[in-house]
Amino acid sequence: MIEQLPVLVIVIPLMAAPLFVLIGNRKLVLLLTQLVCWTVFGITVSLLSRMQYGPISYELGGWPSPYGIVYNVDYLSAFVMLFVSGLGAIVITYAPKSVEREVHHSKHSLFYASYLLCMTGLLGMCITGDLFNVFVFLEISSLSSYALISLGKTRRAPLAALHYLIIGTVGATFFLIGIGLLYQMTGTLNMADIASRLQAVESSRTMLVAFAFMTVGLFIKMAVFPLHTWLPNAYTYAPSVVTCFIAATATKVSVYAFIRLIYVIFTPQFAFERLPLDSALMAFSLVGIFVASAAAIYQTNIKRLLAYSSVAQIGYMLLGISMSNVGGLTAGITHMFNHALIKGGLFMVVGCFALRIGSLKLEDLRGAGKTMPLTSFAWVVGGLGLIGVPMTAGFVSKWLLLTSALSLELWPVAVLMLLSSLLAVVYIWRVVEILYFSPASHLAKTAKEAPMAMLIPTYIVIGSTIVFGCWTVYSAGIAHAAAESLLGISQMGGVQ
Amino acid sequence: MTPENLIWIAMLLPLVAIALVFIIGEKSPNIRESCTIGIAVTLFWVTTRLAGFVFSGGRPSFKMGEMLPGFEIAFTVEPLGMLFALVASGLWILTTVYAIGYMRGHHEKNQTRFYACFASAIFAALAAAFAANLFTLFVAYELMTISTYPLVTHHGDEKAKKGGRIYLGILLSTSVAFFMLAIAWTWTVAGTLDFTPGGILAQPNIDGKISDFQLSVLLGLFAFGIGKAAIMPFHRWLPAAMVAPTPVSALLHAVAVVKVGVFSILKVSIYIFGIDLISETRLGEGANPIMMSDWLCYLAGATILLASLVAMTKDNLKARLAYSTISQLAYITLGAALATSDSVIGGGMHIAMHAVGKITLFFCAGAIYVGAHKTNISDMRGLGRAMPLTMGAFLLATLSIIGLPPGGGAWSKWFLALGTVQTGHFWLLAALMISSLLNIAYLIPIPIRAFMTPAGEAPMKFKEAPMMCVVPLCITAVGSVALFFFGNEIYDVLLPIATSAR
Repeated sequence: MIEQLPVLVIVIPLMAAPLFVLIGNRKLVLLLTQLVCWTVFGITVSLLSRMQYGPISYELGGWPSPYGIVYNVDYLSAFVMLFVSGLGAIVITYAPKSVEREVHHSKHSLFYASYLLCMTGLLGMCITGDLFNVFVFLEISSLSSYALISLGKTRRAPLAALHYLIIGTVGATFFLIGIGLLYQMTGTLNMADIASRLQAVESSRTMLVAFAFMTVGLFIKMAVFPLHTWLPNAYTYAPSVVTCFIAATATKVSVYAFIRLIYVIFTPQFAFERLPLDSALMAFSLVGIFVASAAAIYQTNIKRLLAYSSVAQIGYMLLGISMSNVGGLTAGITHMFNHALIKGGLFMVVGCFALRIGSLKLEDLRGAGKTMPLTSFAWVVGGLGLIGVPMTAGFVSKWLLLTSALSLELWPVAVLMLLSSLLAVVYIWRVVEILYFSPASHLAKTAKEAPMAMLIPTYIVIGSTIVFGCWTVYSAGIAHAAAESLLGISQMGGVQ
Repeated sequence: MTPENLIWIAMLLPLVAIALVFIIGEKSPNIRESCTIGIAVTLFWVTTRLAGFVFSGGRPSFKMGEMLPGFEIAFTVEPLGMLFALVASGLWILTTVYAIGYMRGHHEKNQTRFYACFASAIFAALAAAFAANLFTLFVAYELMTISTYPLVTHHGDEKAKKGGRIYLGILLSTSVAFFMLAIAWTWTVAGTLDFTPGGILAQPNIDGKISDFQLSVLLGLFAFGIGKAAIMPFHRWLPAAMVAPTPVSALLHAVAVVKVGVFSILKVSIYIFGIDLISETRLGEGANPIMMSDWLCYLAGATILLASLVAMTKDNLKARLAYSTISQLAYITLGAALATSDSVIGGGMHIAMHAVGKITLFFCAGAIYVGAHKTNISDMRGLGRAMPLTMGAFLLATLSIIGLPPGGGAWSKWFLALGTVQTGHFWLLAALMISSLLNIAYLIPIPIRAFMTPAGEAPMKFKEAPMMCVVPLCITAVGSVALFFFGNEIYDVLLPIATSAR
């Protein structure tokens, strides 16, 4: 049983989803979905705790690699799976009241089934060691997230989903084209196998084209500026629960796939020395951070504000990855985790506002600090994390990024990064002032505090941003181990 | 109890106070406040015990653990931090008593939040005072900014919102844009952030890693990054913070918050650069190379004079006191920038002297507001007859702020003046003298007018503020004079920070 865990993490939610559609009873489906999510979370915890004995390689159906598909669990994939499933579980615990209000009753079991499928896709992208499999899981998660977004209450939700579908499909197709070219050159789809055969063909133009296609495809899914246009609408019009889950996890898993692409399949030497991807990445990240943060300042809808902030935050992760040393990579991976917590938590706060106030316009949130003190306070704490105040998770990643930028003597990057984080102060504090110092709007005046069933999960996530701001053994510590093993792998690849 | 244990006990106490204040809450304000006072008294007792060890040469330290790989939260107590902790914890008792009189006399709302945030600011002040490395100091510094924001915006109206915006805006942006960068830079150069006698940048292994000019830039990042020291042009937050209730202005914006700023600057000067490094590094060539910190000396000098001049124009008493604080803080920055042993001791001494004097003045301002509902100086004619105790205390504290014997401030200003002479900065000596005259011009008339001028429409009857307000301010006023007679003792306990260099 124990050795089957890597496959169970995929099989359980994948099998459960269609089953739940057949069951159809929404109360029962909800309960079972929560059960499945927490089970999957338990599995990922036990997988990560096994990492101290070395990485796990699981051969599907007993077919040896490279002929069959392998599932690889190492520090990085276990870590990403852990927070994907962890947030998936906590968000689904938080979900019932919000879904009740925002999604039509007839769609509930479909909703929960899509949710599970989306999580399956994301977990699959993390665990699989087969490149084509990555594409398959990418599509599973994407298609189910299109469906989830389109379930939003307003009529703009299907439109936003369609917009995302078109752009997202372009991204996925680019990724597939890249895979095709790679397969043509190496004749294999197993990542480790590709890596070992790349040396011979690395200098060919086909490789460059394949790499470019895959990079751009992933950039679209990551919503890297300027390929981010699908994200604000998708996040804004999706049901609150969907936004919580997708904002916390989906873009990070694409970042994860990108890390794999650079550090496992290709080599950092290929990406950053043969191609000037590092300087391009830094430029795009920094411009993206500034533009998206500035855009966030001018939003009038709190969800859209956070959506733009997400586009900016992806920039910090890519900055770390583009430094291609242990420090930078650690910072990038840590920020994936920290930002998942912070943004997940903040969107959960927004979900509480959506439930009680019924509007997400900033003007309707005026004075909600009085009537919804606990929810508003959660916003303050989460917001401090996003700004990167010490003793919050955001500070940890900011500090790691800063020190590794300075150790590489990237002065402009360090300075711009710090200045950009001041923009976060502006957009977060604008909301704080609206919540606490404005005369109450008629909607906020009559609002009740959010129910405990939503507040407790929200506070667990928000509280964990404080915990991981003071105690980083299991965030930066694991990220450090993951970064070391990634760079170790790529060095071995260089030797071969 | 070993001194190591006293460190964490001292820092735990304010946290216990926060918890108790929240648990008891609005249900029984009397118990809530007596808890705060009880803990404040205990804390003062603990810090005096600790001071006994530290002033006799002990350097107890306590490690919390690594917050980030390679970056520890750790505490080591040395005399400068000990003195600061003593001042902050001692004045916390009096301020709490005063706050009870003020907040109730004034029917303020949200008192639970008020006392809780107050205790967390004290926690941050202690953590900063005991910090063993720059990283810990930075964490405490930022914690203090955040925990005092709800105090500044306590009234929750439009004015409070504006004040809070400036407060948070300036303090956060300077600390993130400059202070954090400076710390990370120091770390990449020196490989450590531990406060080391003699200065970590003066160690032999640093040679060549950072040029003299870069050192000067780094000092600039620190000086501007530590916005709480209120060096011009980053001083606007302090007058903005005056929208807070007066006990906040008294303890936080005359003692804890601003003193964390100048304390950090002193720490950086003494333990990161090392005063020898600052005074020996010369920029420029030719016969008269300038000290690397010269620009900061003159900037501090300019701040001293300009802030005093602005103070003269303010009719609102709290605003005048705020600008006076900016000016007095620059004295301490000046002491750090001059980097002689006398000047840093003078700076350290001024932390205590100015704290006791200025808190008295703010207490008086609050008492006048509660007792006579007056905020403008021009309305205070003849008020001395109604509030003789308050105005008498004001006069005593004024002596200390100006630097006239028998006020405690006389000593610290004396040592700072010595520092300017030793380094040959005679213009700065002149600035110090002029500033003292300006202090006289903008502070002395207030009590004089209150006593001498016949009252216009002011009530002639004896009508002091509540006893809870008056007693603390009398104690601190006497204290500001008493410190004059302990100048020698303070000098002796601070001597190790200047001589342990090398």
